[in-house]
Amino acid sequence: MPNGIAVDKQGRLKERAAMSDTTLLLTITIVVFFILYLAAILFLGGSFTKPQNFLNILNNNASLIVLSCGMSIVMITGGIDISVGGVTCLVCMTCAVNLEQQGGNMLTVILIGLGIGLAFGVVQGFLVAHLGIQPFIVSLAGMFFAKGMTTIVSKEPVRVTNEGFLAVKDMRINVPGLGAPNKLGVYIPAYVEVGVVIALLMVILLFCLLRWTGLGRAFYAVGGNNQSANMLGINVRRTKFLAHVLCSVLAGLGGVLYFLHVGSGDVANGAGDEMNAIASSIIGGTLLTGGVGNVIGTFFGVLSLNTIKRIVASLGFDEAWWSNITVAAMLCLFLVIQSVVLLRRNKK
Amino acid sequence: MQEGAVLEMRGICKYFPGVRALQDVDFTLREGEIHALMGENGAGKSTLIKVLTGVYPKDGGEVHIRGVEGAAVIRSPQDAQNAGISTVYQEITLCPNLTVAENMYIGRTKGAVTNWRRMNSGAGKILESLGIPASPRQQLGSCSIAVQQMVAIARAVDMECKVLILDEPTSSLDEQEVVKLFGLMRDLKAKGVGIIFVTHFLEQVYEVCDRITVLRDGQLVGEYVIEDLPRVQLVSKMLGKELDDMADIKGETGGVAISQEGAPVLEAQDLCSSAGIKPFDFSIRRGEVNGFTGLLGSGRSECVRAIFGADRVTGGHVKMDGQNVKIKKPLDAMKQGIGYLPEDRKGDGIVGDLSVRENIILAYQVMKGFFRPVSRAQAEAFADEYIKLLEIKTASSDTPIKSLSGGNQQKCILARWLLTDPTYLILDEPTRGIDIGTKIEIQKLVLKLASEGKSVTFISSEIDEMLRTCSRLIVMRDRKAVGELKGDDLTQTKIMATIAGGDEK
Amino acid sequence: MSAPVKNPETQVRRPDEPLFKRLTRQQLFIPVAALALLVLFNLIADPSFFAVSINQNSLGNPVLSGNMVSVLDNASELVILSIGMTLVTASSGGQDISVGATMAIAGSVILRMVCGGQVTADTMQTPLILAVLAGVLATMLCGAFNGTLVAYFKIQPMVATLIMYTAGRSIAAWINNNQLPIINDLGFKYAGTFLPGVPVPTPIFITVLVILAFWLILKFTTLGLYTQSVGINANSSRLNGLDPKLIKLLTYVILGVCVALAGFIRVSRSGSINYSRMAENIEMDAILAVALGGNALSGGKFNIYGSILGAYVIQFLTTTLYKYDVPSTALPAYKAVVVILLVVLSAPVVREKLASMKKAPAKAAKEVS
Repeated sequence: MPNGIAVDKQGRLKERAAMSDTTLLLTITIVVFFILYLAAILFLGGSFTKPQNFLNILNNNASLIVLSCGMSIVMITGGIDISVGGVTCLVCMTCAVNLEQQGGNMLTVILIGLGIGLAFGVVQGFLVAHLGIQPFIVSLAGMFFAKGMTTIVSKEPVRVTNEGFLAVKDMRINVPGLGAPNKLGVYIPAYVEVGVVIALLMVILLFCLLRWTGLGRAFYAVGGNNQSANMLGINVRRTKFLAHVLCSVLAGLGGVLYFLHVGSGDVANGAGDEMNAIASSIIGGTLLTGGVGNVIGTFFGVLSLNTIKRIVASLGFDEAWWSNITVAAMLCLFLVIQSVVLLRRNKK
Repeated sequence: MQEGAVLEMRGICKYFPGVRALQDVDFTLREGEIHALMGENGAGKSTLIKVLTGVYPKDGGEVHIRGVEGAAVIRSPQDAQNAGISTVYQEITLCPNLTVAENMYIGRTKGAVTNWRRMNSGAGKILESLGIPASPRQQLGSCSIAVQQMVAIARAVDMECKVLILDEPTSSLDEQEVVKLFGLMRDLKAKGVGIIFVTHFLEQVYEVCDRITVLRDGQLVGEYVIEDLPRVQLVSKMLGKELDDMADIKGETGGVAISQEGAPVLEAQDLCSSAGIKPFDFSIRRGEVNGFTGLLGSGRSECVRAIFGADRVTGGHVKMDGQNVKIKKPLDAMKQGIGYLPEDRKGDGIVGDLSVRENIILAYQVMKGFFRPVSRAQAEAFADEYIKLLEIKTASSDTPIKSLSGGNQQKCILARWLLTDPTYLILDEPTRGIDIGTKIEIQKLVLKLASEGKSVTFISSEIDEMLRTCSRLIVMRDRKAVGELKGDDLTQTKIMATIAGGDEK
Repeated sequence: MSAPVKNPETQVRRPDEPLFKRLTRQQLFIPVAALALLVLFNLIADPSFFAVSINQNSLGNPVLSGNMVSVLDNASELVILSIGMTLVTASSGGQDISVGATMAIAGSVILRMVCGGQVTADTMQTPLILAVLAGVLATMLCGAFNGTLVAYFKIQPMVATLIMYTAGRSIAAWINNNQLPIINDLGFKYAGTFLPGVPVPTPIFITVLVILAFWLILKFTTLGLYTQSVGINANSSRLNGLDPKLIKLLTYVILGVCVALAGFIRVSRSGSINYSRMAENIEMDAILAVALGGNALSGGKFNIYGSILGAYVIQFLTTTLYKYDVPSTALPAYKAVVVILLVVLSAPVVREKLASMKKAPAKAAKEVS
């Protein structure tokens, strides 16, 4: 542990020692992502050189970005929420049924998404924060409940044909300057979907929340040390409760984004996304033990994870199972690193 | 309220189930003084502090604080803060993952938005004015423990408290850090803050404090001006023996089994462990009872833990019966015939949910091996034998040990080790927190074991117990062995003088 | 621990206590009461639920059939898993959520061995015993992996096993190159269906054997005492010469063996495998069984017989729900509600509240008199 006294004399050294765990892990994540992507461009070339390929990572993962940010917040407070994938799935199915069979529109879809998220958040948050039940058990039950409810809403996949919805779904927002001419010489602009814009907005919004609001700092304090936070005058229960509510509402929003991307309700929607979200958070520098993390890191965590998946796929391991094994391997690696770092720090 | 007093506690009472933790305790803190609160473990210091800071509700008495009309109502740490009482605990109650500045302001700034620039500059000013070598932007966890402790104090200071409570803030600091802390305390004193200082280190008390209040067994012994109370007097007040009364008790008990003959059963050289004790030498003979003495935190437990392999041994050699042995983990020690009754009965001794029977046979079973379980009938027989022998009061051998009283729990742990038939038994505070009858039984048992040829190391906070049982005492101070007393030197006066060190008045 | 662990509190005789209170104090009260409720419900709703008849199966052998037989039969995997899960819970205070995924690994390994790497095989290419041993080895490795993360890297059990939970089914698919091997050898299916000439489903026998084996293990080794001791107070256990890390690891490896047996029964029922669907959500049921058996999910004292009973109760519930046409995919929602109710009722905060609510009227009554 760098000694505060020795370091203080030289101004520069002091600033380096002052780099918090959060900043350090964030830096690592961003560097890792750029190295990965550069390596992919240099050694694999092909589609990786095209800007649209990168934008497609965003297009495909807008929902995951939002889910992961929610997950990071819960993890920063020292909890975990594995119901986010299930909530995504339930939101998709409910929205699809609403649009197709009950004549809903975009507004009802958004309300349904946020409403389901809020309901899960309030119940799970209450059980975790006020009854002191392990967040893992609570959200495990939440996950199964969401998955079960999905099939109760509809067992069959529901494809959406609602025109108003499809218009939003297919809306492409061109990114200037990144397009490229195709083989016929026609200029094809690079684009992102609506969901990406919302997801990026959420990342910025949540970053501000965590950095500059009392609630945001309370999340960190509670995760850093529960009892200390209490002694410092923070309402620990309320903070934990709000973290879970926020996470589940974001999961609801993530569900809406997922729905916007795929345009159908299916029991397989969002399968494994809780895992992807946890892995992204951990890769993005969120410590499982709480107190350390950042949504910007999580954003890059999602990008890193999916870049790796693409690299693995383009190396010829394109079967679906490789992606799961890659996620698990990344997760394992980062978990062990975190654990070793923590154990060493505790020994000191 | 008295002239100049910032805090007055009158007739404070606090009961826990079956225990009177505080009985009619008075305490007065004056403006601009550093007031030491002294007493051995269980004397009620921390209970008094917790009552004052609203962690525990009090069962009687009144608290008056300057500037608060009538009796102050303190129901939570929050109330205490608002009334101008700030507390810095032994464990650092800050968040290591936040920056220094945040730790100083979080939880007490109103408004939803954090203004980092203003917070950092504000914190910077305070840190500078107190001479704390830390940057406001630095992550707290990257500061040394001393600096963290001082940041906690800075937070307390900035809240413009009238009363600052420092609950053993120095136990994790090195000498230089302690000097810094004392400087800070003197500055605050000059500013008129009343400081309550709880510590186990006598030297520190005499270095900074103006007044001492001594508690013993939940009762007030007295309040003294520091100049009027020499060290030896203080120790005797804490331990509850007046100097004049200190007749040599050893004669009364009819002598201690003394065995100074023969080769040592266990010999340790330069032993030290990860718990941070200075290397020490130790040896014990067959049939000998010796002990480690010293105030709490002096390192006496750490010594025996190192012998048993309970902490990671970082250096030194151990010989059993003249043979070099490596003791890396408790099982190694157990195989050498060493038994260890730990100081923390609840945390390290009993396995709470298991039955008395299972607790008694545990160590024996572990030594016997995984594939050779003690049969139910045999376990029952062992348990019944020791329940009878040690007169353990339990409904049956199937009762979970946690539902027994402290003394009976301790007897079960003793039974556990007696069952393994050890050649050398370490008893760390076997008599703490148990009734007087059981204490005497345990002391008798120790002497009986020694007469049977076993070696015993006995540690107790109560010196007369040690005098009654031990034939040799190793005195510890500040994690270092500072003396060895035997024979005619084994008197309370001599022991206390060695514990206190420094001036022997 | 030689004999079944009884809740010691029940052994202290309290003659003045009302019978009902003494009953509810019993550890097995919850599973027994739940079972009784289910039986009662079915008796009232449709007594034919309990009918057992002898039918001929497709091979022309006389076999027992009926809802009760299917409960006992279908619960087999769950019962075996719940035993291992109980040990893991007791030692580490957490649960292994990868058991379903690792069951798929065991199944995949066994099928690959008996099919000799082919997609379909009419006869077993490897002796069954070898194949099963390979499966056991595979899941023991998975258990060791989980156990190492939990014991030595101190990662919370549920998070540590999340890795296997994610990767397990993919590893299972990878073992067979993502093909779905099918074995048509009747001998392979004996374990999952019926032995020739025996009317009782084989899994019931296997389960009884496993329970017997664990009874013997708990009787002739000190596993029970060590596991509980480590789970209750790791510090104290260490000072008594135990190695808490090693014991935690051991329980995860033992769970691995249970997983392999359960996986074997599952693939043996059909002679084929579906990596993503096989034993789906069984981890939830196994955890539920442990909780239902009156074992604290935070570890410590355990009673494997409670868990076993809990597992049968869950299967009973599942079978009952099926009978009333609840689709299998919706089952998790119902079970999730049961889990939440259980954990809420066992949460310390709630217990204290309930206790004070019970005490309050008693106090009031005293004060009046």
